[in-house]
This record gives sequence, structure tokens and C-alpha cells, in this order.
Amino acid sequence: MKKEKLILVGNGMAGVRAIEELLALAPDKYEITVFGEEPHGNYNRILLSHVLSGEKPFADTVLNDRAWYEKHGIRLESGRKVVAINRARRQVIAADGTIADYDKLLLATGARPTMMPLPGSHLFGVMSFRNIAEVETMLDLARPGRRAVVVGGGLLGLEAAYGLKQRGMQVTVVHLMDKLMERQLDAPAAALLKRSLEERGIAVELGAETQGFVGGKQVEAVRLRDGRTLPADLAVVAIGIRPNVELAQQSGIHCQRGIVVNGSMQTYDPRIYAVGECVEHAGNTYGLVAPLFKQAKVVANHLAGLGHARYEDQPLATKLKITGIDLYSAGHFGGGDGYEELVMEDPGRGVYKKLVIRDNRLAGALLYGDTTNETWYYDLMRDGSDISELRPNLLHGHGHLGDAGHSGAVAVASMPDETEVCGCNGITKGMIVKAITDKGLFTLEEVRSHTKASASCGSCTGKVEQILAFTLGGDYSPAPQEKPLCGCTEHTHAEVRNAIREQHLTTIPETMRFLEWKTPDGCPKCRPALNYYLISTWPGEAKDDPQSRVHNERVHANIQNDGSYSVVPRTWGGLTNAKELRVIADLAEKYNVPVKVTGGQRLAIPFIKKEDLPKVWATLNDNDMLSGFAYGKAVRSVKSCVGKGLCRFGTQDSLGLGVAVEKKFWGAWTPHKFKMGVSGCPRNCAEATIKDFGIVGVDSGWELHVGGTCGVRVRATDLLCKVATDDEAIEHAAAFLQLYREEGWYLERSSAWIERVGMPYVKKRILDDGAARQALAERFWHAQQFAQVDPWQDRAKSDRPDYEYAALEVVEAAA
Amino acid sequence: MTTIRNEMQWIDAGPLEAIPSPGARRLPSAHGDIAVVRTGSGAVYAIDDRCPHKGGPLSQGMVFGERVQCPLHGLVIDLPTGFAVGPDTGAVSTYPVRVADGRILVGLLPQTASAACGGGCACAQAA
Repeated sequence: MKKEKLILVGNGMAGVRAIEELLALAPDKYEITVFGEEPHGNYNRILLSHVLSGEKPFADTVLNDRAWYEKHGIRLESGRKVVAINRARRQVIAADGTIADYDKLLLATGARPTMMPLPGSHLFGVMSFRNIAEVETMLDLARPGRRAVVVGGGLLGLEAAYGLKQRGMQVTVVHLMDKLMERQLDAPAAALLKRSLEERGIAVELGAETQGFVGGKQVEAVRLRDGRTLPADLAVVAIGIRPNVELAQQSGIHCQRGIVVNGSMQTYDPRIYAVGECVEHAGNTYGLVAPLFKQAKVVANHLAGLGHARYEDQPLATKLKITGIDLYSAGHFGGGDGYEELVMEDPGRGVYKKLVIRDNRLAGALLYGDTTNETWYYDLMRDGSDISELRPNLLHGHGHLGDAGHSGAVAVASMPDETEVCGCNGITKGMIVKAITDKGLFTLEEVRSHTKASASCGSCTGKVEQILAFTLGGDYSPAPQEKPLCGCTEHTHAEVRNAIREQHLTTIPETMRFLEWKTPDGCPKCRPALNYYLISTWPGEAKDDPQSRVHNERVHANIQNDGSYSVVPRTWGGLTNAKELRVIADLAEKYNVPVKVTGGQRLAIPFIKKEDLPKVWATLNDNDMLSGFAYGKAVRSVKSCVGKGLCRFGTQDSLGLGVAVEKKFWGAWTPHKFKMGVSGCPRNCAEATIKDFGIVGVDSGWELHVGGTCGVRVRATDLLCKVATDDEAIEHAAAFLQLYREEGWYLERSSAWIERVGMPYVKKRILDDGAARQALAERFWHAQQFAQVDPWQDRAKSDRPDYEYAALEVVEAAA
Repeated sequence: MTTIRNEMQWIDAGPLEAIPSPGARRLPSAHGDIAVVRTGSGAVYAIDDRCPHKGGPLSQGMVFGERVQCPLHGLVIDLPTGFAVGPDTGAVSTYPVRVADGRILVGLLPQTASAACGGGCACAQAA
């Protein structure tokens, strides 16, 4: 039987894979000719980044050498570019005039890099990253110390950047979007990736638009839209690819973005098939290898005359090939309406896992730092498996399942005491049970610290938890994981705040958009927190949003149970005078209300109706009295005793310092209320050791105490340090306050924050490095410029309509 | 032939811009205080300005989504229905609202106490 003639145009991975598949199905059906533009056999383009980085020699990337073509009787026309197809005569014509006949034609012309029509694109040293010739040019230009700019922060761009960095170049990635690999990553994963790249010495410029390339013959710099020029001895452009349809289009084969094929990979000309990056199937084009190999299988099936295979798109999976960065993204990882998200984060280990679920099926997976279970997730996704049963352990991965669930509990119960549970540390079940019962342990962390079980590789964590649950019975509850800020988001306080800082977010809507908030305008839990993080991170820049303030802060007064308000003016250091007392007395008389002495050494005027608040404030302001912020998550009062000016025991002027401290610190917004106190001697009449910041006078100066609280729970302060002068006390207070403002979570008192981060950490940040302390204090004073605004005065002097304080009025009965 | 008299009385609560979006204001009326609430999406609701928990002024609460949170103890009212959001229980009366020529019109039905639950709840049966 005479063989049919098959021509493959494009000697790349997809086309040659199709031939391999075909040879397996019908080795003798065709006389095969392969045209390839490049002068090589078929090589693995995906591994070019390893060739660039020097991790693999080019030879290792060769998939089919010339001997392979010979062995299978395939004619290889390498270095010959096909320029035309005569479909009527069924011939392909190469640039050098070679003509070849076909019965079936397979187009695998791949894709071309997208190049920008920018000034200087023609300069030597401006190139894309697609083939071995370009890699060779890059390697010629790459010298340690020289500078490379990579335009494009997608998969290919980052791999190029890493390769060039490995060759000793100074590399900057310029990316148009506000996060790296935006098509494969969400914000937290992109942020982790950015950090990892920066740790490897690769600079990353986000939101940066390339305007052109500068140089004589050879590129010397890359110019950005914002006016900056980045010096560059080499500029790699990796901003995407587009299907190479030139040949097909010129031959009259229907193309849109790519060569349009049906599920058999057949073009509109039934004798012509297409496969790989050049095709468009069901509106999709391709850049990753997995779907291309599937297409190769399908096209081989049809070319072999079997005719039963069909190509269907499957979830796409991406891996970043940078040594030491494990990153996997597959399917629909973005979430959205109708999707649920399971998230596990361990920033300390650099691990982030997000699984997206819809209707009990896995729809997407994003793994950073730990990709061990990628194939399992991919299979679940591809097969559309019901994951309801797996869900409790889904995030932990496949390896975890055997030890968990009810079967695990039973297995643990029947396990003999001698069975070794933790192989790393040689810990048996008996040892763990004994530790739990003897020492009264309740949590996994305690078991780890007492026995070391599961503290090394962690693979036995499930078993240890089962033993804990089995031993404690109903007393056991799993360790709480770091929780999202509220139900509107999956992000924790830390992530939200980091995003605000790193992405320079300055408004609540912007932050919600960036972090993909699940609700349109948040809730009473997240909005005040976001507002605080914004104004504390970007003082003077982020605008305060009154509608996101908790009620008392919004109206600058404390609501009482009958709906009226109390007004508490500042009494600096608890020191007042006849004039102020007279003003307060007059107001009390005017509104027929009592006056209450508060716990913070102030005077409160209660029972003021809302509409009267601006009038009361105006009277107080006229007499130089400011809001006491008694309603705020803010610096409250500074309680002080009379000190050595009056007291026979006093060693220091606590009243003077108290007044000075309150004048310097008032107005600062904090994660939770912040109380201060100054006592003149260790008798501590100002109760400074249960304040957030307490100052206690001793003969030689001041003792500084932090993290006290006296409320539902009482916590005495920790001693921070001793200082000699008032100025030092104030600088330390400012530094401490700023550290807490920057790192405490919203609604976390300083006491809880200190218990979370530990006093050694606080001391390290405040005491170990004077310059660091000063920097903290300076940030605080900077913020104070914008914070020391009396909201009462602001209100009383404003000509804004009085919507907040006046009620609506019925204008008239409408028809 | 019977004539159905529309007993609804509409009152003009002023211009739409007089309420921040999101935000709320108190409207004193013949039926007592009403909280007129404008959501971030632009919808306007009117409910009794009295939290079913301890009588807090709902007009002073934080508005988010289609909900308002009482400033006193944090009970949340679903504005379209007037019901407290679980696990809390309770409900407030709701009033029909329309916006015409940029003005907010609130409809006062003589009896709105059980409007929130469509008359199907225990309060209506007890009445």
C-alpha cells in the first residue's frame, strides 16, 4: 500500500509530539516530512530558562536529535522556512524554493513574542526570550555587574530575570500591572513572590510602563513613562505571545487570533490540521505545554484514521521554574461569587495555599512555598471529584488523610504504646500520652514543646493531634488558626495591613478592590479596622472616612443608653482651674445635667442631646478646652499625681511631665484605646503600672512601663527601661506608641499585643538601636502633625451642613 | 361599586443628598422617630428608629450592605425586611420609601407594626 504524505510545518514541541503519538498508533501510514525554521532538532523550549541560568546545558534540552528522525524515516528540512501553501495543488513552498507535496498537512507554527512598537526596539540587545538563538545572544551580553532590564513580570519574564541574575547581572523587572504574574496569582501570593525575588537580589518595579529603549547601536537604557531611565546593557521583552498565523492566513485558512480548529484539531481545510500555540480552539489560545500535548494526542488519533479522540479544554496549571521558589497555580484561583476559598498561610515559612471550591468541587488551586500536593489537587479538579469528605484535610494534602478523620481516631486508639509516632525524634505513642496526662497538656504546641513529637518534619502532625484528641476526649479543641479579619475577606489583619503598606493603598474602596473583598462595602468589623490601618499607615495622605468610624468616633462623643451623649473635655494631666470649672458648671446648669468625675481624672458632662453637642463644644472651644477623645480608639488621658511640687514623698515632677505628655500625645489614633499615667514616686498614686504606658518617678529619673490594663482583665505593666530625663521618657513613649500603632491589630490593646509579640521583641525594637527608636519616634511626630486636630473645633468652625447633628424634618405632607 | 381608599400618607423627608451614602438620619414624625437609611448602593429605607434589643437609635448606626448596626450593642437589622440578623431576634417596622424629584418620600401607613413580617409572625397574631 502506498504511503500517504504528511508534512509537519514547525519542528517544535507540539508538532513533534503529535508525530511521536502518530508513530505509536500508525507507524507505517505516512511518509513524513518536517520543516523547521531553526537549524536544530526538536528541543524543549520550556527548559530554556535553565539553559539561561546555567542549570542545564543546551544538550539536555534536546528532545529529538537527528538520529531519531532518521530512525523513523522522517525527512527533516531544518533551517527551511515554509512561506506558502498551495492548497489546490496540495504543496508547501519553502523560502529557498523547495516544494513538497502533501496529502495531510499539520501546522505547528507556534507563537511569536509580542513586541511593542516602541522607540528603540530595533537596538541591539533588545530581544525577546523564545528560542535558543536569543538565549545565546543573552549569554554573550550577560557579564557579572552588567545591567539587565526585563520588561514583563509574567512567567517567562521572571524566569529570564532569574536566569540573568544567576549569570551575575543586576536585574530589574519592569511590570505594567500592580502585581506579578497577575494571570496566575492573587495578591498575597504575588506579594510573597515579589519578596522572594527581591531576596534573590532582583529588583521589581510594579505599575511601570516602558516608553522606549535608549542607545546608539546597542541598548543603553530603558525609559519609563514616569520619566525614569533604567540603565541596561540588555533588555528582554517578555510581555506575552501571540499565535503565529501568518502562513495559514496567507494561504486562506480561517484564522482569528489563532488558526481556528475544531475538536479534532482540523482547520477549515479538512486536509490541514493544526496543533500547539498557533491554534485557537473554542476561543482559547495556548501558551502552556500540557494542553498542547493533549492536542498532539488528538491530532495523532485523527491522522491515524481512528477518529474517536476529541480535544477539550481542561483547567490550566502553571509552575514557575525558579530554583527555590515553589509556585503552582491552576484553574480558577480567583474566587468570586459562588466560590468558597480555603486558605492556609504561614508567612514565616513563606507558605501560602489557597483552594477555591465551587459546589463541593475543587475549581482552582494556588500553592506557594509548598507544592507537594499539586498533582493531587489537579486530579481532583480535572475529574470534578466531590471533595466534601476530604474537605477537613484538603489544605493539608494527600499525605495527611490517612491519619485524620474517624478512621484515624480508631487507629490511634488501637495503637500500642510502643509504636513510634514521630520518626524524626523517636517519640512513641506512650511517651506522648504520658506527657499529656502528667503535664496537663492541651494543645499541639504544648505537645511539641514538651516531647518534640511532630516538631521536626511535621509529617506526623495528624497522628499527634489524634492522640491528643483521643487522650483528652472532649477537652481537646484544635489549635486556632490565624483568622481572617472578618467575614468579608479571607485576609488576616497582617495581610491587609501589609497590602496597604506595600501597595500604597489610601482608600477603603481601593483596599477592598485590591484584596478582593467579598462584600460591596464591608461590615462594622472591617470598615473601622481598614480606616485605622489607612490613616495610621499614610498619615496626611489617607482620608479619614467618618462613615467607617465606630459610632462614638464618628460623632466625637459617647452615646449613652438613652441616646444622649456625654461630653468630656481634655484636662491636661488631670490639672484644671477655676475658669475651666466655671465653664463646665455653666454648661451643667444650662442643660440641667450633673457633672461626673471620670476614671481618667476628668469631668464629664452627661445627658447632652445630639443636636446640642455642637453648641456645647463651641462653648468649650471658646474657653480653650479641647475634646478629650474619651470616645476614641486613641490616646486618652494622662493620669498623674501631684508630684514633688506638692507631695512630700515625690521624687519627680509627675504633674509637669503628665501635662507635657498629654499635650504632645493627644489626638493620636491607636489600634485600641491607649491610656497613660505618670506617678512621681514608686507609691504610684497615678496607677501608672496598669496603664498602656506608665511613667514612674524614681530618684534618678523615670521608670518606663508598658502594656498594663485594668478592665475585664487586669494586667500589670512590664518594665521597659529606666531613663534619666523627661525628653528621653517622651522619646521612648513616642517610639513605643508608634510601634504599637504600626504593628498592633485593630482592637488589640497594647497588653494583648505585647503578649502576642513578646516583651523581648518590644525591647529589641525600642531599646537595642537608638537610631531605630528615633526613627519610630519621628514617624510618630510626623503623624501627629495631622492627628492633632480637635474634632469639636473642626465641627464648630465648619460650614458643612449639619447632617450629623440635626435630625431630618418633615417638610410638608406630600401628595 | 366599592372605592378602595388609599390610606397611605406620604411625608417629604427632604432632599436625597441630605443623607450620606452610606449613612442614616433620624426623622421625627407623627409616628415617632423614623430612621431614614441610605445604603452605599443608593437604596433608601425607612424603619422605626428603635432597636428591638434595648431601644437604641438605629439612625445613629453604621450602614453597610443592606444593613444597619445599632450603635448601642451592635444588633444588626436587615433593612429590606426589618428583621434582626441572626442569631439575634426581633424586628422593627419598615415604611415604604420612594424618591421623587430628588426628594425622599416616606409612606406612613396607619398600622405598620407587623409590616416587617407580612403579618405572619407572632406579634401580629398576638395583636
